Parts: sequence; C-alpha cells; structure tokens
Amino acid sequence: MAEYIVEMEHITKIFPGVVALDDVQFKLKPGEVLAFLGENGAGKSTLMKILSGVYTKDHGTFRVDGEVIENLTASKARDLGIAIIHQELNMCGHLTVAENIFLGREEKTFLRLDNKKMNQAAHEILKELGINMDPATLIGDLPVSKQQMVEIAKALYSKARILIMDEPTSALSAAEITELFRIIRKLRDEGCAIVYISHRMEEIDMIADRIIILRDGRYITSMDYKDTNMDQIISHMVGREIKEKFPRVSCERGNKIMEIRNLNAGRLVRDINLELYAGEIVGIAGLMGAGRTETTRAIFGIDPKDSGEILLDGNAVEINKPSDAINAGIALAPEDRKLGGLCTKLSVKENIALPNLDILCNALQVVNREKESEMTGKAVRDLKIRLAGSDVLAGSLSGGNQQKVVIGKWLARNSRVVIFDEPTRGVDVAAKVEIYNLMNELKLQGIAVMFVSSEMPEVLGISDRVLVMCDGKITADLSNENLTQEEIFQYATQFEKKMNA
Amino acid sequence: MESRSPIKRIISIRGMGQVLTVTVGLIIICAIFGIINPIFLSWGNTSNLLRQIAPILLIGIGQSYVLITGNIDLSIGSVVGMGCMMSATLMTKGVSPFVSCLITMVACLAIGATNGVLVARFKLPPFIATLGTMTIARGIAQIVNNNYNTNSIGEGAQWFRDFFYYGKTLGIYNPVWIALVLWVVFNFILSSTATGRHIYAVGSNAEAARLSGVSTFGTIMKAYLISSFCAGVVGFVNCATSGAGTMDSGTSYEMYAVAAAVIGGVSTLGGTGILLGTVIGAAIWGVLQNGLQFAGAPVAWRNIVIGVIVIVSVLLDVLLRMGKKTKKTEVKQAGAKQNG
Repeated sequence: MAEYIVEMEHITKIFPGVVALDDVQFKLKPGEVLAFLGENGAGKSTLMKILSGVYTKDHGTFRVDGEVIENLTASKARDLGIAIIHQELNMCGHLTVAENIFLGREEKTFLRLDNKKMNQAAHEILKELGINMDPATLIGDLPVSKQQMVEIAKALYSKARILIMDEPTSALSAAEITELFRIIRKLRDEGCAIVYISHRMEEIDMIADRIIILRDGRYITSMDYKDTNMDQIISHMVGREIKEKFPRVSCERGNKIMEIRNLNAGRLVRDINLELYAGEIVGIAGLMGAGRTETTRAIFGIDPKDSGEILLDGNAVEINKPSDAINAGIALAPEDRKLGGLCTKLSVKENIALPNLDILCNALQVVNREKESEMTGKAVRDLKIRLAGSDVLAGSLSGGNQQKVVIGKWLARNSRVVIFDEPTRGVDVAAKVEIYNLMNELKLQGIAVMFVSSEMPEVLGISDRVLVMCDGKITADLSNENLTQEEIFQYATQFEKKMNA
Repeated sequence: MESRSPIKRIISIRGMGQVLTVTVGLIIICAIFGIINPIFLSWGNTSNLLRQIAPILLIGIGQSYVLITGNIDLSIGSVVGMGCMMSATLMTKGVSPFVSCLITMVACLAIGATNGVLVARFKLPPFIATLGTMTIARGIAQIVNNNYNTNSIGEGAQWFRDFFYYGKTLGIYNPVWIALVLWVVFNFILSSTATGRHIYAVGSNAEAARLSGVSTFGTIMKAYLISSFCAGVVGFVNCATSGAGTMDSGTSYEMYAVAAAVIGGVSTLGGTGILLGTVIGAAIWGVLQNGLQFAGAPVAWRNIVIGVIVIVSVLLDVLLRMGKKTKKTEVKQAGAKQNG
C-alpha cells in the first residue's frame, strides 16, 4: 500500500518568538500504526493540532486523500474522518457512555432525543470493539481506561479513518494496555490509519509499524520499525547517543533512617512494613491499583491511617497531616504534578518557596525576598531547570521541567526521606535521565529515596532495592541484583486468592 | 433494561436521589407547620401559597439552566425589576398591556444576550459579568420613569392584572398555571432535547463539548436568554400584583433563585440537576416563608431559618455523595483486583 491518506509537506508553524515547526513532512498510510516520536517540545503536538484543525499552518501543503486542504477547522477535520484522543481525556463526567458518544450528533425524532436508539447504537459500537460495558453508565463512574475505550468508540462512531492517540497508556495498567492494543490492531486491520504518540519505548516496540521522528521542530527521519532498533531511535530523538539510559551510582548503604511498622490505611494499604536506609534508592513496583500511591499518601499524612507506626532514626513520629511529615523531614513529589505537585498559576519561585516559608519568613511572618531568590536560584541551578527567569508561571513549563520544580521544592530543606510517585510520567527521555541523576544526587547526600513507578525498566535500572506491592500488601522485598522483570511481575500478581488456592 | 418498572425507572433518573430527599424534607416541613397552625394546610392558604411559589419557581428555572452550564446569573433580580417598571411605565403611558409586555420582554432578553456574549464570547467570569448587568438593569428600572415608582397601571390593564396575578382558571391562580406551563416546556427542553443535553455537557466539561462539535457559545447564550425570559415574566407578575411599577421590585431574587435551584439538587459547579428538583426547592422556599409567618416567627428569624435550610440541604447532599464515593472506589478496587 503505497498510497498515502495524509501527506503534509514543508509545514511551518511560527508562534511569537518560536518556530514550532520548521519545514516538516508527515505522511500517513491507511492500515498502519505510525509511532510519532520526539522529545517534549519537539513539535509533535503542534503538528497533530494542525492535522486536526485546531491550529492553522503558516506554510506548506497538506493533502488528505490526495486533495489539498486549506483552512481546516476542527469540525471540517472531523468530517474528513480525523479524530484525536487527547492525553487528558475530554469526556463529560456527568453524562452517560452513550450520551458522550453521541454528543454533538444526537439522534432525535423531531425535537425529542431518542435515547433508546442511541443506547442501542452505542451498545453495538462497543460490542464491535469487544468492550463489555453498559451504555447507560455514567462516564464519571468509569475508570480512566474504560473512559478511553469510550473515546475510541466515539471516534469510530464519527467514522474516523485517521485516529491520533496522544499518550493513550499513561494511566493504564498492563492488562488494560493489552486490551487497548488489541483494539488498535483491530482498527488497523480494518484500514484505519493510527498515529500513536508515546514516550514509552516498550510500547512502540509492541505496536508500531512505522515511525516518524521530530526533533526541535524539524523532521528527522521516517523508518519502518522492523528496520531499526531502540538505540538508533533514541539517538535520533535526542540527537546524541545516550550512553546510559539509567545512570547508576553506587555508594555505601548507611544507617536506617525510616521504618514503617504494620501500617494500615484502607483497603489498599494493608500491613505495610518497610525500612529505608541512607544512601539507597528503593523502588516500589506493582500493577495499577496495587496501593503504591495510597501507601505514599498514608505515610505523608494525606490519607488517614487506621493503624501503624512510623519511626525516623529510631524514634516514633506522629504524622496526621502533611505538615507533620514535612516537619519530620519527609518530602513527597506526588503523582499528578498539576493536581498535587504544583500551583500552576504561581511562579516557579513561589512554588519552590511554598513549603519552605517557615525558613524564609522572619518573626513577623514576612517573606524575606532576598533569601527567597537565593533559595530558588540555587534550586534552579542545581536542578538545571531551563527557565527564562524564576518568575515564569510553573504551568508554562514542559513536563520535565515541572517535575524538576516539584523536586526543587523539597531540596531546599534538609529532608531525610524523599518519596517520588511516578517521577518520570509524561517526561521525555533526556529529562528522565536528569531526574535519575537527581535521585542519585539525593542518594549520595545520604537521603533515603523511595519512588513508585509503573515502568519496570526504570525500577530495575535505578533502584538498589525493589519492593513489590500487590493488592495493598508488600509481596516481595528484593535486592536489585540480577533481578528480572519476570520476577517482579510474578510478585506483582501474587493475589491473596491465588495464594490460598 | 426495558423490563424495569416505572417506579424504578423514575428513581434511576439522574439527580432524582437528591430530589426525593428534599421532597421528604418538604413533606416534613409542611407537616410541622400544619401541626403548629392547622390553617396552614387549608385550601385557602394552599392556593395562596402556590401563587407565592410560582415566581420563585420561574426564576429558579432560569437560574437552574444557567447553573447547569456551570455559570451563574446575578442579573435576575434586576431584570425582574426592569420587567416590572418598564411594562408599568408603558401601560401608564397608554400603551396596550400586550404591546407593553412585548417591548419589555425584548429589553429583558437584551440583558440576557449581553450576559451570554460577555460570558461565552469574551470569557468574562460569569460572577463579574452578571454583577455588571445586574447593576445596569437596576439602573434601567430606575430610569424608565425618571426615578419614580409609577402610578397605577389603570383600568385598561385589568385583564393584565388578572392574567398575571389575580385571576383563577379551574380554581387555581393564573400565575401558578403560567409557572406550570413554562416548567413543562423548559423541563422538556432540558431533559429531552439536544439543546438540553448540550447544556449538561457544557457544564460538565466545556472543552469536551466543544471538541464534540457543540457550540458552547450558543448553549450558554440559550441558558442566559431563558433566565432573562423567566425573570421578565416574573417582572410582569410583580407588576400585576401591585398594580404599579416599583423600582426595587425583584431585589435579591437572583439569590432566591440560586437557593431554589440548589436546594433542589442543582450543582453550582455545573453538569448536574433537574428541574423537578427546582420545583421542590422553590416549594420549600415558599413554604418556609409562608409557614414561618403563620407560626408567628419574626422576619429576622425567618431569614435565619431559611439560610440554615439552604446550607443544610446542600451539606446533606455533599455528605451523602462523600459516603457513596468511598463505597464506589471500594467496589472499583475490588473489580480491579479481579482483572489483575
């Protein structure tokens, strides 16, 4: 099949002060899964927004089915069969599955909505995709993975032939990813052209037929996936060979810093016992919903504890709210940066100062601006955060830089324990390495580092010790020597029922 | 799905839970007032009470529409005042009631359209935009008769006064019928038409609605126009009641409207609520006003009790939802466990 469904050539898009896309070409065949790769800020999203009619190109030609397209709008794109599924799902949580699928294209008899017909049709679309779901369920009651299936169903209902998926798996568990890939393959086999954007290389390995790589707004290359390998792809993306994807530093394991005894908090944190030592990175692995995030939340005092003890340097500490944890020297970089980690409408400086105001204020609670600038300046330098100035809004930074700001909040004070929850989610390859270096830095300073991650290579690559959780319990405490993904996976699926049976 | 009994189907309507809760509350309140003073339950008082509830229901319908889109309309009270003063002024100048109403309604809808443009096109925070139009509309109400209340709208306007306030049809006061008819129409639009669906969608997630091809501008515009329309009608009712235009007519009605909507389960965050709830909310509001009067409570106490009821009814809903949520996540987690 040599015929292209989409041909974009010499596309240029200039935003005030930035050339977002510079003479880029992009071609898409029907019946293929095209992995669209590039670091954050490479221009992938901009190009996809041009393709879906959200932005207009400044220069270049753009053909769909061989016909030149001018003045594309979002609704014209939809009529052409172009559908985009955003990273942040766009669904109306208060409406049902069927109502979301038919939103904007409701079936009606005269004025009255024909709910019966729409439910029936939705049921058929879902069945065709092999998804078992009641179309009358409220979207807000569904887990993210199912919502995503509904988005796909919605795209298909609008007769989409070109489906763009932006980081579709960032919130999915392994089983759900398998399910998503089954649907993607099915659509591909039916002739749908799929653009798949992801930072997760192992997924590209599973699903991609062809890849296109952008870097800094320029087209780099297009290759059939089978003719290339991961190292080559990554070096094309970052423009340099990354010698070590996972930089390891070794240092002597120090004293025991934190100990948690019999911690219980709800159904997903049951009887947790763990120890953290100075100069050690502990990775927490497990499937989605294993209780990893919940454990970090309970330790940090966000969620109430049912029972259990937390000891720091051998002394029991009472942690009932986050400020208790901060005072005790525990820091948490939460999972969702925008939700829990950053005040996006405040500046980088204000964000870094926020948990440290006790240090920065004088006796009258007035902020010492000089100290504040000094502290934030140091954090920005130490973390290599790329900034125009520390007064820019945190929300305007790229994912990787946002994550660094979250970390920077906690470096300014003498934390004993730093907990990361999914520190590299949605972050590009180069920024990932920088975050790993930071964690190593903390480790060398004698801080106990604990991190939750759903990416097994990362857990294996960076931790000294791995705790595996399943169903609210720690099922294994493994030293990271000759540890394999298979071994972790085995413990991650060690459900109670199985053990009894 | 088809074999469900009608009762079950009604209960399964979204938002019905809150409505049933407040309905029970309404019945209890009525019972208490009936015990304190049996006259409260007499037909005479009941039909009078219904007539008191009618305007609250009308503005409650308008505010519900706006709230469900995730916005708010603070201009309602002033538009009521405008409707009252403008129609009265025109009638005292000898314009026929029908034409007066028509002209006045156009002016009221212009305020609604302004709200819609400011909020949906220029993205002004609805609180600020409608605070501005609220002040403007009150100013118009004062200016139309040179800063005086009007004289009596006169003999020629008797049918107007009967139609909007004093007259009865089938033994029930006309304003009750007006509210009922408009409720049926607007309830149908909200629950059964694409426009209604879009109103929920915009309030639930405006971006998702826009990406689905829904015109958020058109949808929010419709909600504000309906709100101003309802307020205009209440302006006529107020004019008919007093037989003259009063400049402070409708003062703080926008808040009564919020109260009626919210007690009935409409969320100020948008996306949820049904107009049946607004009926119950308006009824609770009216019953409290009327019943506390019958029970001999001073005005100040009435205000305090009503304020407490507003907070309690919403608090109850929040607490119930919190309880439900924890249960739901547990179920979900159990489900996830089996999948894993």
